[in-house]
Amino acid sequence: MTKAQECLAFACTVRVSGEPPEFFALAETRKGSDSSGPGSQPQGGSRDSSLKIAIVDESPIRAAILEDGLREAGFTQVERIAETHNLLARVYAMDPDVILIDLESPSRDMLEQMFQMSRAVKRPVAMFVDQSDTASIQAAVDAGVSAYIVGGLKKERITSILDLCISRFNAFSRLQTELDRAKDALDERKVIDRAKGVLMKAKKFSEEEAYALMRKTAMNENKKIVDIAQSVLTAAEMFK
Amino acid sequence: MSTGKLRIGYIPLVDAAALIVAVDLGFTAAENLEVELVREVSWSNVRDKLNLGLFDAAHLLAPVAVSSSLGIGHVRVPIVVPFNLGLNGNAITVSPRLFAALSGLADGDIADPKVSAVALARVVAECKSRNAEPLTFGMTFPFSHHNYQLRYWMGAGGIDPDEDVRLVVLPPPYMVESLTNGHVDGFCVGAPWNSVAVDAGIGRILHFGCEIQARVTEKVFAARERWATEHPDVLAAFVRALAAAATFAEQPANLAAVSAAIATRLTVDSEVVGRAITGNLKVAADGLVRADDRYLMIGRNGAARPDPVQAAWIYAQIVRWGQAPLSDESLALAQAVFRPDLYDAAVGVSPPLGPGRPADGIGGFIGPDFTATEIAGYIAFWRDKQPGRPRLLLVR
Repeated sequence: MTKAQECLAFACTVRVSGEPPEFFALAETRKGSDSSGPGSQPQGGSRDSSLKIAIVDESPIRAAILEDGLREAGFTQVERIAETHNLLARVYAMDPDVILIDLESPSRDMLEQMFQMSRAVKRPVAMFVDQSDTASIQAAVDAGVSAYIVGGLKKERITSILDLCISRFNAFSRLQTELDRAKDALDERKVIDRAKGVLMKAKKFSEEEAYALMRKTAMNENKKIVDIAQSVLTAAEMFK
Repeated sequence: MSTGKLRIGYIPLVDAAALIVAVDLGFTAAENLEVELVREVSWSNVRDKLNLGLFDAAHLLAPVAVSSSLGIGHVRVPIVVPFNLGLNGNAITVSPRLFAALSGLADGDIADPKVSAVALARVVAECKSRNAEPLTFGMTFPFSHHNYQLRYWMGAGGIDPDEDVRLVVLPPPYMVESLTNGHVDGFCVGAPWNSVAVDAGIGRILHFGCEIQARVTEKVFAARERWATEHPDVLAAFVRALAAAATFAEQPANLAAVSAAIATRLTVDSEVVGRAITGNLKVAADGLVRADDRYLMIGRNGAARPDPVQAAWIYAQIVRWGQAPLSDESLALAQAVFRPDLYDAAVGVSPPLGPGRPADGIGGFIGPDFTATEIAGYIAFWRDKQPGRPRLLLVR
């Protein structure tokens, strides 16, 4: 399995089920889609390291993760546009083949203006949407990223980029979730410790006894220890 | 009719009022609807998530409902509009520097858009003669009345908006900052952003949107046609909730509650929200107030009932500014997006349009009356008035 196929497989497994069939059917009315069918797999060999890729992402960490991934995959010309002021001018100056933008960025609407040909645009821009891309675009939106192709680039040339993008974005959001969970756990720990302190003082318990009482209460009431601990703290506050 | 929790996308703007009030003040709950309002940061996201079915319905720019249904600039996904969230509500704000320049070159009252458009043309000509950078104006989306109203106003003064000035898309939250640091000389945007610029002392409201066109459908409640067909009862219940909320939102006695609910969603001061809802806007940092009861119309005078003339008007703007070619087929498709029949079926009665509705339904400040069946003639009028070729080409 090539790396790109791995990415695709990963993207498919993380994709939540939505209503792609409708989008699919409607997208078929579009003209000018090229030959590759819905089932086509990205070819690892078709990657083109000469592609110039712009990343517009307000999260520097996620942008770095993505940039690393693209470099590892052999794309050497990757640049992050950090400042979104005058985004179009920066994009024109860099003249990328592919633009990747995070969906949390309000600047995305600025890129939409590129669909409107104006004197400032050197090459046509299209969004990465087509009948064969339904799965990809759904996965991309779920992951929180969108891609624009510049200059009539054949889309199979960027499928691997988008897939990589999706997997990195998902990896980032997993990291974020883990971080949040760790933070929550730490907060829970603190609540429990404070409740233990209250009980030790009020009932002259040892630390073990205080914890055992809360655990027993939690089991009896079918609640989490942290909820019991929070009740203890609330009650203690009221008895002050 | 259970569909579980409905996910409705919106952009934090005052013209989402009917939607916010419906959900946060209990009108959707009264219809047994469970709703999650999902705040979004860009119209592109709202459009894509609506198209992909990640949202069941959304607060949407009326022109995007039309362009999406026609497949202009993006994948074609038919949209239906059973309810208008708001008519008008925009304003054109300029920097104090540009305002001074316009005032200096105005023949008459600068508050009259006919006067200000000519003055703007003079400023543009002066920029050109000095080889200075062209004036730059911000608007929110290629398919928006912000774009079209700026262009209409400029066109009235003989300016070619594609050649003589720069029009740039800016997300509303970036407008004020861009005006502050001189990246734009003015912008057209909805509430509360014009007031935010005035309060910050860096902008002067030049015109209300309703002074450019008396009656245009600014934001709509939009659903995918397929979803609407599959869930007619849910849609009808939602429209009833919105209609009740729109009526509630405009009653003076409810102003405080309504402003507070909206302000909470927008994270702005409720007093600023109140200005937009009542149409009493501070237009200058020195405290000058301009009042116009057409500034933002949420439910009254038939504002909420979709009007196919409005869809035709939007389509005419799309054609006039070169975003798509004119065809009878597209016009018919565009008009079919706005569905007064769905509104009537849900609410039960056609509301009175009230006094003050312009004869042609739009009420542009200049030019011939608009007739949906004569778009070619309408566009020819403007083209002849201002020779030049349409410069925008659509790229697929």
